[in-house]
Amino acid sequence: MAISSVSIALTGSGGAGVMTAGQVLLDAAAKAGLYGLMAKSLGPQIRGGESAALLRISNEPVQSSDDTYDLLMAVDWGNIERFAAELPLSKDSVIICDPAQGPVPELMLTANPRVVNVPLKELAASLEGGRVNMVGLGLIAELIGLPESSIVDILAAALKKKGPEALEASKAGLRAGQKAAQSITGIVKLSPPGPSTTERWSINGNEATGLGALKGGVRFVAAYPITPATEILEWLAPQLPKVGGCLIQAEDELASINQIIGGSFGGVPALTATSGPGLALMSEALGLAVASETPLLVCNVMRGGPSTGIPTKSEQVDLNIALYGMHGDAPHIVTAPNSISDCVFTAQWSVYLAEAMQAPVILLSDQAMGQSKAIIDKPADLGFIGERLAAEANVENYQRYAVTASGISPMAVPGTPGGMYTADGLEHSPRGTPSTQASHHQEQLDKRLRKLTDFDYGDHWGDIEGDSETAIITWGSITDPTREAIDRLADEGVSVKLISIRLLAPALPDKFSAALKGVKRAMVVEQNHSRQFHTYLRGVYDLPADTITYHRPGPVAIRPSEIVEAVKAWNKGA
Amino acid sequence: MDMLTAEKLTAQDYRSDLKPVWCPGCGDYAVIAAIAKALAELQLPREDVAFVSGIGCSSRIPAYSAVYGFHGVHGRALPIATGLKMARPDMTVLVAGGDGDGFSIGGNHFMHACRRNADLTYIVMDNSVYGMTKGQASPTTEPDWEGSKLTPDGTHITPFQPLEIALSAGASFISRAFSGKPAELTRQICEGVNHKGFSLIHVLSPCVTFRPEQRAYKDKVHEEWRPTADRTEAFQKLMADDGFATGILYQGTKPPFRPEMGVPATIAEIEAQFAV
Repeated sequence: MAISSVSIALTGSGGAGVMTAGQVLLDAAAKAGLYGLMAKSLGPQIRGGESAALLRISNEPVQSSDDTYDLLMAVDWGNIERFAAELPLSKDSVIICDPAQGPVPELMLTANPRVVNVPLKELAASLEGGRVNMVGLGLIAELIGLPESSIVDILAAALKKKGPEALEASKAGLRAGQKAAQSITGIVKLSPPGPSTTERWSINGNEATGLGALKGGVRFVAAYPITPATEILEWLAPQLPKVGGCLIQAEDELASINQIIGGSFGGVPALTATSGPGLALMSEALGLAVASETPLLVCNVMRGGPSTGIPTKSEQVDLNIALYGMHGDAPHIVTAPNSISDCVFTAQWSVYLAEAMQAPVILLSDQAMGQSKAIIDKPADLGFIGERLAAEANVENYQRYAVTASGISPMAVPGTPGGMYTADGLEHSPRGTPSTQASHHQEQLDKRLRKLTDFDYGDHWGDIEGDSETAIITWGSITDPTREAIDRLADEGVSVKLISIRLLAPALPDKFSAALKGVKRAMVVEQNHSRQFHTYLRGVYDLPADTITYHRPGPVAIRPSEIVEAVKAWNKGA
Repeated sequence: MDMLTAEKLTAQDYRSDLKPVWCPGCGDYAVIAAIAKALAELQLPREDVAFVSGIGCSSRIPAYSAVYGFHGVHGRALPIATGLKMARPDMTVLVAGGDGDGFSIGGNHFMHACRRNADLTYIVMDNSVYGMTKGQASPTTEPDWEGSKLTPDGTHITPFQPLEIALSAGASFISRAFSGKPAELTRQICEGVNHKGFSLIHVLSPCVTFRPEQRAYKDKVHEEWRPTADRTEAFQKLMADDGFATGILYQGTKPPFRPEMGVPATIAEIEAQFAV
């Protein structure tokens, strides 16, 4: 069943407080027992740029952003041309804006939405310490039917340090907004919350990724800041010392990746987080981690590329570099969470995989998931904890890179008596001695591949939902709008199977064939310009002869209706 | 169980059975010997020592020792060693490499390792040439050296001054030795390992293959420096340096970098911050 929800866009120049208002609105919805999602659209400026808080609130779990916004409140129209495409409206949408900010720009009126003028700034100015964002917040809350008490609770907690005057000023702003809302009719209201049975969390994808890694056992992190991955590192920084770990800031990505190789060599599960350009810098050292069989996790939060690209916007563009970015034959693991909630699981599982197979894992998240905050049910903990096969002390003729049936060799953690060996990026004999011998190269290549392909990944390879001759194959954050599109198609009697692949590499043809059982045709959905996912699938798997793609680049989010329309056009034979 | 057997470890016990790839006459033979001797003098359990390197002739050195080792990629020995020391502060971490590895491709890491002042001992075998790639100019090569096919007219680039950079950037132990005077080198390695903080031991280690004229180093070096904790004095000595003075130039008291410990919490307590 498609869900009933209210979608709200709050826009304004930096400093207008729309992000704060959006955050309060989301937290208040959570307080009132509702679910929600808040994506952020940010300009490149550090201060004073355009920004938009993009919310969707519902009494059911929210998977994806909706197609259009029911309400758009513009505190001002600064730089609107830069991100108007990210604010789709319909004829049923309502724009609330301040006439003092000038006429509504033409490009916001193409869908013919209703425009309601409210003198937001004037109302705020008439109050002692009044702020425009609080007036807007009161107005929106009243229009959609969010109880005032939940907003006041959130504000009281947020403004605790600023004293009672600050709270009173904010409350006055809210009330002015509520009053202004009285004259506006015909706005879609929230459905009341259902009974809350599970603990709810308010968390963004980057925090969820950091938490999953911590739960998986990561205790050492080396960090170099990069948008939009930095929040993973900033979240982990104060948490690690609480569990006996630490984070250090590196001088660059070449250092951060090598530092975690060093920490992991020391026996401590280790992580760094980055985005495309940083991942490119880390490529050489990732090859070293493969050759030296050093487990580690790189959380790569994708943004528009190539080069500096569009750092604040989302795109699934680092699949190619994650899969193929290394020199030599370098088998490694690539994973991708497919929702904010799944960031916890996939990061935790990725630590487990890295440690179990003594190999680097690249986890691909993206800006849309990483920097969006959601109200979710507390994710289940499947208990994956990273643990590596350790060598015992004083093993006679210990061989670090012993050729074993599983391909996994016991690893002596420094400090283990009698286990002294030299880890090496040079090809080596089982003992670790540098070697150019053909037989050594062959057996070490075989072992490093075998340990990944023979591993038991359980049911976590991908999420397979529904049963149909028609399937959508997708990955990462695009899974959310795809799920919603499939729900909507089901309401219309069109059944589509979902295959969302969580383990992108190594390729596991048996798993893929099993997922495709009964499927006669497939649509590959992804957000990039060059069909990176489709090209990869074609290379490693047998796809149905009738396979098409729906793909386009960012920065505009892929909405459920696009996928619905693509499936319908396909069904019509268009 | 080295300590329990109560047998005193000899220098030989810190050497592996691998035969070095180095040319006959290479200064690096004396360096591995001095390192083994220093470790024996310190009687450090072999399993509690790790030796990290990058790429180059001298970077082959960890495999020639009998402690834990990591032979990484070109220029990144210091980050690997830093990560290891931060994750495992109980380990004694030695780092080794050449002038190309440490001061060219790894130059940024060198500067920041000095700033960070983690408790590492960094032994640089400087022969002012890239040996493994058959004789190109390195950052410490004289600007008019015409021995390389890559820069047949010389580099015309000012040589890198590792000790000046280290002192400026914040390294807390800085010394220079000559591979041909192993007793002094061994003493400096012992002092460097015992020093709490980042120790740079700059070793003039001739390349007899591509820089045969470096055989004359033995006549040029002069033991001169005595440790001082006064940076001004150390800088003055460097301003007067002909590149062949040996000894401990500087030993400061800046505490080594160590990440802060936190108030313990369980994962459940950490997760509670997300509860609505």
